Amino acid sequence: MGRAYNTIAFDAAKCDGCGDCMRACARAKTGGEDVARSRIQIAAGSTGFELALCRQCGDPRCVAVCPAGALAKDGQSGIIGWDAGKCVDCLLCTLGCAYAGIALDEATGRVAKCDTCEGSPACVPACPHGALKHHTTARIYNEVGDWEDLFAPGLAGCQGCNTELLMRHTLRRVGPDTVLATPPGCVPGMGSVGYNGMAGTKVPVFHPLLTNTAAMLAGVKRQFNRAGRKVTALAIAGDGGASDAGFQSLSGAAERGEQILFMVVDNEGYMNTGMQRSSATPYGAWTSTTPVGRESKGKTQDAKNLPLLMVNHRCAYVATASTAYMDDLYDKLDRAIVAAETGFAYLHVYSPCTTGWRFPTDQNMEVARKAVETNFVMLWEYTPEQGLHLSRSVDDPLPVTDYLKVMGRFRHLSPEQVQHIQAKVEENRAFVQQISQQSQAPREPSRFAGHGGDYGKGDAPRS
Amino acid sequence: MTMRQTRYLVVGSSHAAIEAVSAIRMHDAEGSLTVATRDRHLPYSPTVLPYVVSGRSSSAQVLLRDAAYFAERNIDYRQGQALVAVRPTEHVAQLDGAAGGELRYEKLLLATGASPIVPPIPGIEKVEYHVLRTLDDAVGLNRAIGTARRAVVLGAGLVGMHAAENLAKAGANVTIVEMADQLCAGYFDRTAATLIEKAFTDHGATIRTGRRVVGLAPSGHGAILTLDNGDSLEADLLLVATGVRPELGYLANSGILADKGILVDDSMQTNVADVWAAGDCAQARSFYSDAKVMNAILPDAAEQGRIAGMAMAGDPGLRRYPGGVPLNTYHFFGRHAISVGNSRQPEHAQVETRFDEKTGRYLRACFLDGRLVCIHGVNEFFDGGVMAQLILRRVDLDPVRERFVAKPMVVGRELMSQLWR
Repeated sequence: MGRAYNTIAFDAAKCDGCGDCMRACARAKTGGEDVARSRIQIAAGSTGFELALCRQCGDPRCVAVCPAGALAKDGQSGIIGWDAGKCVDCLLCTLGCAYAGIALDEATGRVAKCDTCEGSPACVPACPHGALKHHTTARIYNEVGDWEDLFAPGLAGCQGCNTELLMRHTLRRVGPDTVLATPPGCVPGMGSVGYNGMAGTKVPVFHPLLTNTAAMLAGVKRQFNRAGRKVTALAIAGDGGASDAGFQSLSGAAERGEQILFMVVDNEGYMNTGMQRSSATPYGAWTSTTPVGRESKGKTQDAKNLPLLMVNHRCAYVATASTAYMDDLYDKLDRAIVAAETGFAYLHVYSPCTTGWRFPTDQNMEVARKAVETNFVMLWEYTPEQGLHLSRSVDDPLPVTDYLKVMGRFRHLSPEQVQHIQAKVEENRAFVQQISQQSQAPREPSRFAGHGGDYGKGDAPRS
Repeated sequence: MTMRQTRYLVVGSSHAAIEAVSAIRMHDAEGSLTVATRDRHLPYSPTVLPYVVSGRSSSAQVLLRDAAYFAERNIDYRQGQALVAVRPTEHVAQLDGAAGGELRYEKLLLATGASPIVPPIPGIEKVEYHVLRTLDDAVGLNRAIGTARRAVVLGAGLVGMHAAENLAKAGANVTIVEMADQLCAGYFDRTAATLIEKAFTDHGATIRTGRRVVGLAPSGHGAILTLDNGDSLEADLLLVATGVRPELGYLANSGILADKGILVDDSMQTNVADVWAAGDCAQARSFYSDAKVMNAILPDAAEQGRIAGMAMAGDPGLRRYPGGVPLNTYHFFGRHAISVGNSRQPEHAQVETRFDEKTGRYLRACFLDGRLVCIHGVNEFFDGGVMAQLILRRVDLDPVRERFVAKPMVVGRELMSQLWR
């Protein structure tokens, strides 16, 4: 299996050409201030700012054309390293590279290139505008690749759906000592409960009703506790199975502090049965039961904010996440797994639906990202001890229209409806921020690491 | 005894061969793969040899792959086994050397490189001379330059110029004799050549352009050369660097077509089924015309080798050869020259040049219909890889031409960042 690598990403729209990154690089790499010697080069173009920086290519041409064996890609870090002792200064590498990623440093007469400062690039923190980012999500891919895939191959999801990604990653992370409950919805529809008498997962899986998922899973978990076996009781439910019909059993299990990890894949409607509205469907959205015509203009009520309701249950852990921010999702999944050993953990993942929301199948991550960037959904986590903390800044959001316009279900909106949605986003942001400001300082990310609680005593959960 | 078999047979061990090997293994991790080379070393680049001559690089340091590379990838690497004959109808290659013999292949790549041309100068067979194409040549020449006092280099191509520089730095009295009326004629124009020439004469070398050697005779310490104008030169070290050409004796009766090199199409396949050729032995389409040309340069060898390897392995990611574009860099006495694109300018091309005597910076760029044809610089750094893409993508530079000629590096990077997203 190949490896994924960390990378430095450049967002030209956020760059104002201040040159701080180049100065930071020059200082780190040459000890001076001469930006001509920086390994990262930003130039003012006719339409904005342009970047020349080593891409650390997977199939690097600079390496292929080096006659001296002085360049090589490190299989572990992904960095293309330059060996000063072997280099003969022939400059052929600069002919191989189509990105100006390796170039002559006139001060030394030798080539120079970015080595990402051994994994903590000096340029990235120097950027005052967030135009440079060091993406370290590769860690997830590399680790997850070594874990066992516990879903059957060939799930029957719609093209472009992110739920298969979510299911596979979650089960890989949770591991084989898991009992899985998947109530009616897209997840069993994609094949988690299997076909023709064969299960779709390599862990025990069952198919409760929409209404009783949390109750059944609580019983299963208690029986395992009684038998002294450590398993993770995991539910992967849709918003319908959690927010509508499943809500009373969910609320009850949360109130009792059942040791369950309850994941909601929120695609804001009953998407696998024909795209009917749910209580999680946002205001103004088209669904098959909130049609758009002469009179009707989509859903007339606002969505129920289920994760905030779960906060009001004072669950051991509540968080919202998005597949556009996998490293954040993984952090939260790790904490939820640990929290579920001693109490009720609730993880709410926003899941754009290419079929029901009507956007091109290659746009899922972009839609998910836009939802977060506009504050249409907010990423945060909550524990009773530490309160609620935002996972990323909600200041300076994009206008909500940037999110609404990337899909068909909002195409019909009148300016008044858009205004309503924008106002709702503002109100929700203010509300969540208020709770977060009243909360204590964020806890250390590793708080839960190695925390087994009083698990394994075989006791029934506290009431 | 049944004949030994291999799915892939790659003949040669330099850039084209090792790129092909890596492309094959990228797509087919299992298929049996044999590399046979007449060389007695692990892979190395002919381009690095001047640095072995100068002593800057040791011969062990310049190897591009180690034995473990081949072992880990289950590749049978056979040194000292030259290709003697090919029988494509039977899919059989005949190798020489004690362990050679006949080998049945499914796919064959000819990446046998080129050998020095030794000009038919009367008396050449009676004198000792060096050539520089193999690691053994370089090690021999490295030993010889230590004691050389009066050295003569025949040929002012990049190999000859590199060697001459090393000889001059080692303290020898060096004369370069070149038939053409300027140095590096294939790579640089007259102004650039004059700048290069000046660096050499500043370091005590003598340049005799437009001169031919018409006779050679042994002398007490080496050879006496007679030039076409009657002058004579004495040399205790003679280096013949008058170019290279492929040795294609193994093609006899094979049906594989060759002109100056083995003729290949845009996936590096020869006219014969299951036989490809790449690198300095291949003659492939030029980017500038449909003519098939020899483009014996390192980046092209690597590119052709990769294409051939992908084609042999059936890799669906294969992109056809866009045609050869000459690409050269030349580092001399701490200065550098870069040459991208055809050195011969086409008719109607518009040429822009600028030269700053104080800094010695020289730039020459050629345009045809707004598109870059070639760009050469001395002491003027620009990203050659970006320039090559501007040529290959036929980017219209008319809107930025003035800025481009003034600041090719900056404007090139700007266009790169905008265009290849």
